[in-house]
Amino acid sequence: MISIKNLKAGIEDNLILKGINLEVKAGEVHAIMGPNGSGKSTLACVIAGKEDYQVQEGTIDFEGEDLLELSPEERAHIGVFLSFQYPVEIPGISVSNFIKTSINERRKAKELDPIPAPELLKMMREKMELLNIKKGYLSRNMNEGFSGGEKKRNEIFQMAMLEPKLAILDETDSGLDIDTLRIVANGVNKIKTKDNAIIVITHYQRLLDYIVPDFVHVLHNGRIIKSGSKELAHELEEKGYDWITKEADKKWA
Amino acid sequence: MSAKQKQTEEQLLNEVTSSEYKYGFTTDIESDTIPKGLSEEVVRIISAKKNEPEWMLDYRLKAYKAWLEMEEPEWANIKYTKPNYQEIIYYSAPKQKPVLDSLDDLDPEMKKMFDKLGISIDEQNKLANVAVDIVMDSVSVATSFKETLAEKGIIFCPISDAIQEHPELVKKYLGTVVPARDNFFSALNSAVFSDGSFCYIPKGVKCPMELSTYFRINEAGTGQFERTLLIADEGSQVSYLEGCTAPMRDENQLHAAVVELIAMDDADIKYSTVQNWYPGNAEGVGGVFNFVTKRGICYKNAKISWTQVETGSAITWKYPSCILKGDNSIGEFFSVAVTNNFQQADTGTKMIHLGKNTKSTIIAKGISAGNSNGNYRGLVRITKGATNSRNFSQCDSLLMGDKCGSHTFPYIEVKNNSSKVEHEATTSKIGEDQIFYCNQRGIGTEEAIALIVNGYCKDVLSQLPMEFAVEAKKLLEISLEGSVG
Repeated sequence: MISIKNLKAGIEDNLILKGINLEVKAGEVHAIMGPNGSGKSTLACVIAGKEDYQVQEGTIDFEGEDLLELSPEERAHIGVFLSFQYPVEIPGISVSNFIKTSINERRKAKELDPIPAPELLKMMREKMELLNIKKGYLSRNMNEGFSGGEKKRNEIFQMAMLEPKLAILDETDSGLDIDTLRIVANGVNKIKTKDNAIIVITHYQRLLDYIVPDFVHVLHNGRIIKSGSKELAHELEEKGYDWITKEADKKWA
Repeated sequence: MSAKQKQTEEQLLNEVTSSEYKYGFTTDIESDTIPKGLSEEVVRIISAKKNEPEWMLDYRLKAYKAWLEMEEPEWANIKYTKPNYQEIIYYSAPKQKPVLDSLDDLDPEMKKMFDKLGISIDEQNKLANVAVDIVMDSVSVATSFKETLAEKGIIFCPISDAIQEHPELVKKYLGTVVPARDNFFSALNSAVFSDGSFCYIPKGVKCPMELSTYFRINEAGTGQFERTLLIADEGSQVSYLEGCTAPMRDENQLHAAVVELIAMDDADIKYSTVQNWYPGNAEGVGGVFNFVTKRGICYKNAKISWTQVETGSAITWKYPSCILKGDNSIGEFFSVAVTNNFQQADTGTKMIHLGKNTKSTIIAKGISAGNSNGNYRGLVRITKGATNSRNFSQCDSLLMGDKCGSHTFPYIEVKNNSSKVEHEATTSKIGEDQIFYCNQRGIGTEEAIALIVNGYCKDVLSQLPMEFAVEAKKLLEISLEGSVG
């Protein structure tokens, strides 16, 4: 689905990603772990197309399309979704209006008519149930006055509504209590099919107990320094990052 | 701020420059203009040109004398070079004689201008059910639907005609809500106003259509000083809309209008403004100085509702107000004020509660972009006798980028402990993060801004008559085009 080759990117002269290689196939769940400042969020932003970051080298192929040539909204239209670590408040737009616009903009890009209202409502009701979301929430402004948990739930609600091919969850677990974490993770698992893929970015093993990855990658200083199965996450939980990062630092020094 | 962000901010400003003022053309019509400058002589000339009766001339001369003793106010949070009042032309009229009801005879140049402004003063109007009075530079050039309105006893005409044809009404009400001495600009207006609209709705009559006045400054160096007087007699109802545009010019043009509304017992006036005077260019050169005094008085059970969408002018100084004199009367103020580039606005309202059980609502939405500065200034005064009166105020500010400013100056005076006053205020910001979030969900930048701004303003836009709400929405989008990276 997505194939990242030798990706080097950063802000101005500060190179943050120093040659990322990653291959994610449909139906797979990949976890990217690593200490603070290793470049996890940067990777997510570069895939989504945030303009602050400049790509200096490498390619990202998404189902045969050169992702780096597309604007952020075009990437969204072809099925790239980023669940933000810090979802921002959007004044003046209700959740329902925002999601409706989002769905219809994608349909417009595919030359489809806007989604009929009954269909949209039915879908919203289903997905809200999935995530234990109360009704009044749809008419609130996007993330305005939302608690940390509500913001994250809103992200996954949008993911459920937009049905992306590739979803990147950037520290979706941060700031969640254990009950909310369970609801959010269960929601993600229900959205998961053999046709879509998920990249989970996290510090902790905790989330991976619920969203079980097929592969775990350790990102450190802009490089993937180790890849393995879900067992690797457990190992990291136990031993921390030092044992592999030190070795890597020696190698790249 | 990182260098990259700085660069984006600059780019943002550049993009703003590229969204041009759509109404910046001038029309080549011969005009009858008097020499610039202000003196007693000039006041007399204006009055003579209008063939005014003695009482009107006296009114003007008194106002002029009062003005000479007054000083230009400096309390507003705006910076500008005070106009040189001797450099302004106080009277300019298209040479073509004003034609009423037979618009076919209009100067073709003027007709073209109306087309450009998107005003159809004939058949289309009948469909839209809007009666229009058009004031260009200093005089009213066309009023449509006069006859249809006359059938109901409604008078809607240029104020200069009203002075001739309905002197008893004008004499009785002119200057009763905004006295000439009220402030520097109202005194100036009272001395030199050359035209404007007059409207009288008789007892118990519901005006069957929207009434609308279109103001246009055309001639270089002219000031526009229009005067609007609207009287809604007992139990009557009217909805009134004014629109304003001006050509692009390097020098600042002065606009100092006075609007007076009188809502007798049980009357209902809805007054909407879409103000789009030339705002100056992206460097802050040129643009209209808009110093306006608008005030209405409500008698028993009457209601006055002001709605304004302010997107133009280099400087806006404007506080449409309500004097709630009668018991149970209601005042409302709904405002969207947009400033971009180097525009400055100091606008708000005054709600003066005198009667018992009086109610007022203030919803003010400020949007600042570019290097602009937007201010809300409002007064809620509850006097001793205004028992059980209530006010609700909400003042919201939306900032785009981080070079603009927004301030709120709410003044609340309550002298009565049975009254209730509520004030809410919020500030939000649209920056690159908000835009990227929308982009990531497949919503393009322009679309996202339109969505945010329209959502933010919906409480105000929904107050506008339908056809104008659509226009106002478009205007907001144009004014803010490219204002976030």
